[in-house]
Amino acid sequence: MTPLEITDRLKAKLGDKVVDAKIDGVPDPFVKIAPGAILDAALLLRNDAEMEFDFLMCLSGVDNGKGILGVVYHLYSMTNRHKITVKIDIPVAEPAVPSVSSVWAGADWHEREAFDMFGMTFTGHPDHRRILLPEDYPGHPLRKDFKVPEFYQGMKVPY
Amino acid sequence: MNDLLTHPLKTSTGRTIRSEEMIINMGPQHPSTHGVLRLEIVVDGEIVVDVIPHVGYLHRCFEKHCESMTNYQQVIPYCDRLDYIASMNMDWAYCLAAEKLLAIQVPERVQYIRVIMAELQRIASHLIALGTYGLDVGAFTPFLFMFRDRERILDLFEMTCGARLLYNYIWIGGVSHDLPPGFVDKAKAFCKYFRPNIKEFNDLLTYNEIFIKRTANVGVLPKDVAIAYACSGPMLRGSGVSFDLRKDDPYSIYDRFEWSVPVGKGEVGTIGDCWDRYMVRMREMTESLNILEQALAQIPDGDVASAIPKRIRPNAGDAYVRSESPRGEIGFYIVSDGSGTPYRVKARSPAFVNLSVTPEICRGSMIADLVAIVGSVDIVLGEVDR
Amino acid sequence: MGLLDKQFNNSNVIITSIDGLLNWARLSSLWQMQFGLACCAIEMMAAAASHYDFDRFGVIPRATPRQSDVMIVAGTVTLKMASRVKRLYDQMSEPRYVISMGSCSNCGGPYWEHGYHVLKGVDRVIPVDVYVPGCPPRPEALMEGLIKLQEKIRNESLVRKTA
Repeated sequence: MTPLEITDRLKAKLGDKVVDAKIDGVPDPFVKIAPGAILDAALLLRNDAEMEFDFLMCLSGVDNGKGILGVVYHLYSMTNRHKITVKIDIPVAEPAVPSVSSVWAGADWHEREAFDMFGMTFTGHPDHRRILLPEDYPGHPLRKDFKVPEFYQGMKVPY
Repeated sequence: MNDLLTHPLKTSTGRTIRSEEMIINMGPQHPSTHGVLRLEIVVDGEIVVDVIPHVGYLHRCFEKHCESMTNYQQVIPYCDRLDYIASMNMDWAYCLAAEKLLAIQVPERVQYIRVIMAELQRIASHLIALGTYGLDVGAFTPFLFMFRDRERILDLFEMTCGARLLYNYIWIGGVSHDLPPGFVDKAKAFCKYFRPNIKEFNDLLTYNEIFIKRTANVGVLPKDVAIAYACSGPMLRGSGVSFDLRKDDPYSIYDRFEWSVPVGKGEVGTIGDCWDRYMVRMREMTESLNILEQALAQIPDGDVASAIPKRIRPNAGDAYVRSESPRGEIGFYIVSDGSGTPYRVKARSPAFVNLSVTPEICRGSMIADLVAIVGSVDIVLGEVDR
Repeated sequence: MGLLDKQFNNSNVIITSIDGLLNWARLSSLWQMQFGLACCAIEMMAAAASHYDFDRFGVIPRATPRQSDVMIVAGTVTLKMASRVKRLYDQMSEPRYVISMGSCSNCGGPYWEHGYHVLKGVDRVIPVDVYVPGCPPRPEALMEGLIKLQEKIRNESLVRKTA
């Protein structure tokens, strides 16, 4: 399927939950979905016989600035050999996203990493812990307003 | 598999022998964790009940560095240090993503140079992976043989760009220097020298009875689990899925060469066991030699710096580009806000994803097999932790 | 070797100082703790493998800190790892030596400025005897570092205080 057909299918099934879609003039075509509907969208994307996105290539957190965080899902279908990018925007004040690790098992660690780096919480995640940084590390470093701590466990951090 | 758990042993007098779970810590300093991986292992006697990998002991803030540099070009040395065993492939993957954002076409000669470097690097990387895998399961000699041949590849790299391990050779739009005089002949000589050595490795290790006993039917990764976890590279191909980005989502000029994708066939055990993953790597070296020989014969003349942009300032937008590193799908997701610095770079590292499947394939095996399984995943911690 | 030069012609008697004998024994079998952190560990492996052959200096990798004399900190020490490095160092038995290999463990290397999770030099947690510069140092550079460490050991003394 072409990206246009995929977005049309999503719009038909999810209605106004599809917030935005851009096919032309961007390096990667993407669909933007309301954050609450991501789990429904994920199930649809994976289970629909014509789409069948069974391979989660990448899941990235992004700090879009102005109090908006984002999660970007890059999907691929091993059977149909097509790709789509799904994006969601979430407010930094209440950064909760439904977890998709029940749909794609590989999302588990990616979501933990996004939580570690940006501080968004993935509701329904089976093992919601930090993954790369130690548990007691202050802050979420990839947020644009992050300040490096002066000391960590008695060790000086800046040069 | 957990016979002892479900059917406890009884003594001759009818008493049940009780067993209880114990937690063993493996790493971060352990000879066979390939760096600073820590595994928390729940065992019942010798049987592994669960494995919880703890990563992040080498988290070097790669993504923060990308955002903090003053231009796109400065990110490349950090890409080198991501997967320090296959630096050329990392540089290339990052450059592919940046070139997609900038919509640059690189010259023909550069494409060939990149393919030659990437395939030489793939052989060097697999030599480390297979050599240390031999060490993990108790074979010391193959390690020495493989490092001997790896040094020859490093000599070629050193001749090209002066560095042995971290090259900063592939730049956005081109490469830093043209190939030195005599490189093509030396590389051809290497191919000729190396091809018979693969047979030597097979005689030494691959078909060794003890090695087969240690790796066949161990750590079986079924096809559907591999896809659900988005495993890639030899991990996925070992499970019998013929999926190689160079063939199935071709980038650069890989569609010009004649070669095939090796997959696990379960020759000595089950499809998707440790031996299959090992063997996929071994066969990939032959395929890389095939690509190398064709590329070395076809390489055209030309300028290598003509497409290198003076000022790198892509339009606002984002791109995800993936390519095949020796460990699998390396993808770079770059967000540009129109300035000269990347706004966000995410590296989707294959080893990170491949490692996340280990708890699935370790459950129910013996402790001694755990080392064989972790070794067969071929992780590089620099890339797992970034 | 200076020690054997002092041998008498027709006997098995060797005359040397206790310091000389002990130092000679120590410096000729520096067992290394098998402990790689990052990129430098690959060069350390290359140094131990066939081409460079670290064995000829008496350097053999040991898997446990209890049996090792020298710790080669090969790679970036992160904040999460620093306490483990300290503990491993504490577990080594005296006399113990540390070679800091590569820019990262010397001073933070390329991660010195924005590395929010990188320790800017392993000498902030454990004492270091020899610093080997490079990113990564070539195996030859590591050997040079080891020879420097051997020189340092050769000048040690049981009674005389050394710097």
